[in-house]
Amino acid sequence: MIFGLPVISVAIWLPIIFGILVLATGDDKNAPLARILALVGSTLGFLVTIPLYTGFVNDTSEMQFVELHDWIARFNIHYHLGVDGISVLFVLLTAFFTPLVVLAGWQVIEKRVAQYMASFLIMSGVMIGVFAALDSILFYVFWEAMLIPMFLIIGIWGGKNRVYAAVKFFLYTLLGSLLMLVALIYLYNQSGGSFAILDFHKVELPMMAQILIFIAFFFAFAVKVPMFPVHTWLPDAHVEAPTGGSVVLAAIMLKVGAYGFLRFSMPITPDASHQLAGVMIALSLIAVVYIGLVALMQTDMKKLVAYSSISHMGFVTLGFFIFNAYGMEGALLQMISHGFVSGALFLCIGVLYDRMHSRNIADYGGVANTMPVFAAFFMLFAMANVGLPGTSGFVGEFMVILGAVKVNFWYAFTAATTLIFGAAYTLWMYKRVIFGAVANHHVDELIDLTLREKVIFAILAVTVLGMGLYPLPFSEIMHVSVNDLLVHVARSKLPL
Amino acid sequence: MDLMTDLMPAGAEIFMLVMACVILIADLLIKQSGRLVTYMLVQLTLLGCSLITVGTHENGVVYAFNNMFVDDLMSDVLKLLTYLAVSMMLVYSRLYLTVRGLFSGEFMVLALFATLGMMVMISANHFLTLYLGLEVLSLSLYAMVALQRDSAVATEAAMKYFILGALASGLLLYGMSMLYGATGSLELGAVSSAIKSGAADKDLLVFGLVFVVSGLAFKLGVVPFHMWVPDVYHGAPTAMTMLIGSAPKLAAFAFVARILVEGLQPLVQHWSGMLIILAVASMALGNITAIAQTNLKRMLAYSTIAHMGFLLLGLLSGGIEGYGTSMFYAVVYVLMTLGAFGMIMLLSREGFEADTLNDFKGLNQRSPWLAFMMLLLMFSMAGVPPTVGFYAKFSVLNSVVQAGHVWLAVVAVLLSLIGAFYYLRIVKLMYFDAPESHAPIDVRSDSAFLLSVNGLGVLLLGLLPGTLMSVCAVSVQQSLLLH
Repeated sequence: MIFGLPVISVAIWLPIIFGILVLATGDDKNAPLARILALVGSTLGFLVTIPLYTGFVNDTSEMQFVELHDWIARFNIHYHLGVDGISVLFVLLTAFFTPLVVLAGWQVIEKRVAQYMASFLIMSGVMIGVFAALDSILFYVFWEAMLIPMFLIIGIWGGKNRVYAAVKFFLYTLLGSLLMLVALIYLYNQSGGSFAILDFHKVELPMMAQILIFIAFFFAFAVKVPMFPVHTWLPDAHVEAPTGGSVVLAAIMLKVGAYGFLRFSMPITPDASHQLAGVMIALSLIAVVYIGLVALMQTDMKKLVAYSSISHMGFVTLGFFIFNAYGMEGALLQMISHGFVSGALFLCIGVLYDRMHSRNIADYGGVANTMPVFAAFFMLFAMANVGLPGTSGFVGEFMVILGAVKVNFWYAFTAATTLIFGAAYTLWMYKRVIFGAVANHHVDELIDLTLREKVIFAILAVTVLGMGLYPLPFSEIMHVSVNDLLVHVARSKLPL
Repeated sequence: MDLMTDLMPAGAEIFMLVMACVILIADLLIKQSGRLVTYMLVQLTLLGCSLITVGTHENGVVYAFNNMFVDDLMSDVLKLLTYLAVSMMLVYSRLYLTVRGLFSGEFMVLALFATLGMMVMISANHFLTLYLGLEVLSLSLYAMVALQRDSAVATEAAMKYFILGALASGLLLYGMSMLYGATGSLELGAVSSAIKSGAADKDLLVFGLVFVVSGLAFKLGVVPFHMWVPDVYHGAPTAMTMLIGSAPKLAAFAFVARILVEGLQPLVQHWSGMLIILAVASMALGNITAIAQTNLKRMLAYSTIAHMGFLLLGLLSGGIEGYGTSMFYAVVYVLMTLGAFGMIMLLSREGFEADTLNDFKGLNQRSPWLAFMMLLLMFSMAGVPPTVGFYAKFSVLNSVVQAGHVWLAVVAVLLSLIGAFYYLRIVKLMYFDAPESHAPIDVRSDSAFLLSVNGLGVLLLGLLPGTLMSVCAVSVQQSLLLH
């Protein structure tokens, strides 16, 4: 409670209300007001989530900050919110990124500013709702509601091929969600009339049902993660989205899918998860290796980072489905770190794009000469993407590989190749863009970071380094929840 | 005394009939410039009817006129919603009709008679009353579609509607006559108990059932009896399309529920199989064909076909829960349809119909507020939360799964995914494309205000759907007797 108000509800509704206020500022005459309102709303939105961290009790896997109210009595659906060690960090991550995104779009977005800012604020509230919902229908409502602002963001402010990308994004994700809905309804009928996610965890299910439910969930979550082979929407959406959209997609929306595996697939269908773990691991490793190679061949910077995201998320799903504490904790840390790093990389590319209106690697060269400060920041984030020790990227990858060795040496070996491919594609891009002689007069005219951009990057740089050097504040909070989840998943739910 | 107890439950119908006749005569004395008086009278009549309906409400089920007529909670709720829908239709279409010279006494009186037909359908407990209500409704609608005499498209639509409608009525009557032959009664309760007693000839019953279901399918416009829907929706003036597409669906729900649930419940295993085929075919054909449409009214016609298929899903699951969800679906559907056609009429102006998809291009730049309302309506039709359309789909899917047809739920969601595409296209046109016309939109009219209420209603009911859901469930529970 803060000031007698429930923290999670405030975290969800405050940005949404500010979003509506921003919308009400109307057309672009009032753009400055819309920007300031959006910044205030998003900053407040982040500040109110801090009590979730400071007030969090680390030594229990119970849900905390729980809010439970009747919502739709007929179907026993509740407005049920709460966080545990797995979800709390994502709530913070979501709220953390919203002000950065608002700042990143401060000058670049010139048309329909109010709608742009409002979309991000509303989406921020909705995404927090996804992480905090404990009733599966509430979860579903937030989950789908998330699509609408993102659809508009890509479609209105995106690049050339934006309409195709927006529609593809929407339909792809809707397909998965609808199958999940059927699975949720089925579970409701099996659980004796409850939509509570924690009740679903206790339902006994025969193997066939578990496998079908797992597949239904797989469609919903794998599309969002995205896992190979349902990843093809992501490069399109990323490339066409405006910078802010790419940041939110990479930093948060991809995590929603991975979170779904932890909250739904694994605890609800543990036996099917074990049964199909081989497939999941195989798909994850394909993502790590094959998508890593694909990234190597990209000529478009945004596409390169998009493929790199898919490859990194392969690590996350690998970590989940090897079923040990190293793997799972590593995967969660990787999710958070990837949020920071990929968000930062997209912002870096955004900075270049705002100045040059090109994402082609070939159009750049020698940027270090004209933008030295930028080059330094970009270097740090590129290294974090590679997984250099001392940056946040290292911790998660290292733990996942450690966990994988315990299960099967070859899993670990294959996954570890990413350290090579990742370094190759990231640093090669970095070299071609930043180093060398000044490629053309456009590069020569580049202006280094403005104060606003420096602030954004400084915040991110501190976080990336901090998490890399001292990951304990992140890992201790999830420790108990992860262990309990693993214990739960190890128990069979087949009816005797 | 005895007469009074009979007349009381039908008070609203009697009032409606009297007022329709009064307005018909009064309108003769009113000049075209004073047509607003007629309009106000019609609105007052609807208000009066709702007061009477509320006033004459009694707990439990009341039969009148030798069980030909029934007054129960479901009929009262549906009637109130029907008045609301008709009244909204009148508000939406006033300007549209005025510009086209169709804002006439005939239109409004026909609308009242159509409403009367719906009311009788909703309260019927007898094959004859059902048929009577249906014909009053249908004949009024045929005439309304043909009201624009000099439009070739509208006349063609009216002819098509009339001929196919007559055919459907014929099928229905033929089926009813067979049921009568098998059971010896036209009253729904007696039909049901006769079937249950086992005395009725099973073959004859099923034969009759096939005809009745075909007739109902015709009226609902589900595949393979859907051919009239796109042409009529497209050809009729938008105001008439709105009337055809909205309130009668509530009456049709009552009609189907009364016949199949109250009358033919013992044959449930026969008719639920038929409904599965009809429902799946409708959802498939409606959703797929809608993609190819360039005319919004035609697209909405195909979307109606798909929605009616979804509505049948709730009925075929065969429990009292399922019927409640079907009713909820029908109510939600009517709300969304009113909004969508309201938007078409709002954007149209003299000599311009605004009924092609391209007319919606760039609406967000012309009027962000209206575009947002349309966005809510379209997402609601697609069944995306947090709009009420999601809960309609959700509750129907729930009853389908409850009935053990998980595969049917999967088919339904996959087909509605296809449906999402064409609703999404409207949003795409409004938000991502540049406008083709910069004609100003009047956002201060009463219909624009109603549209805002309608659109926000879709959102608000989406955030708090519990009450409406319960109302539908309870009214079905207290009304449909499962013998």
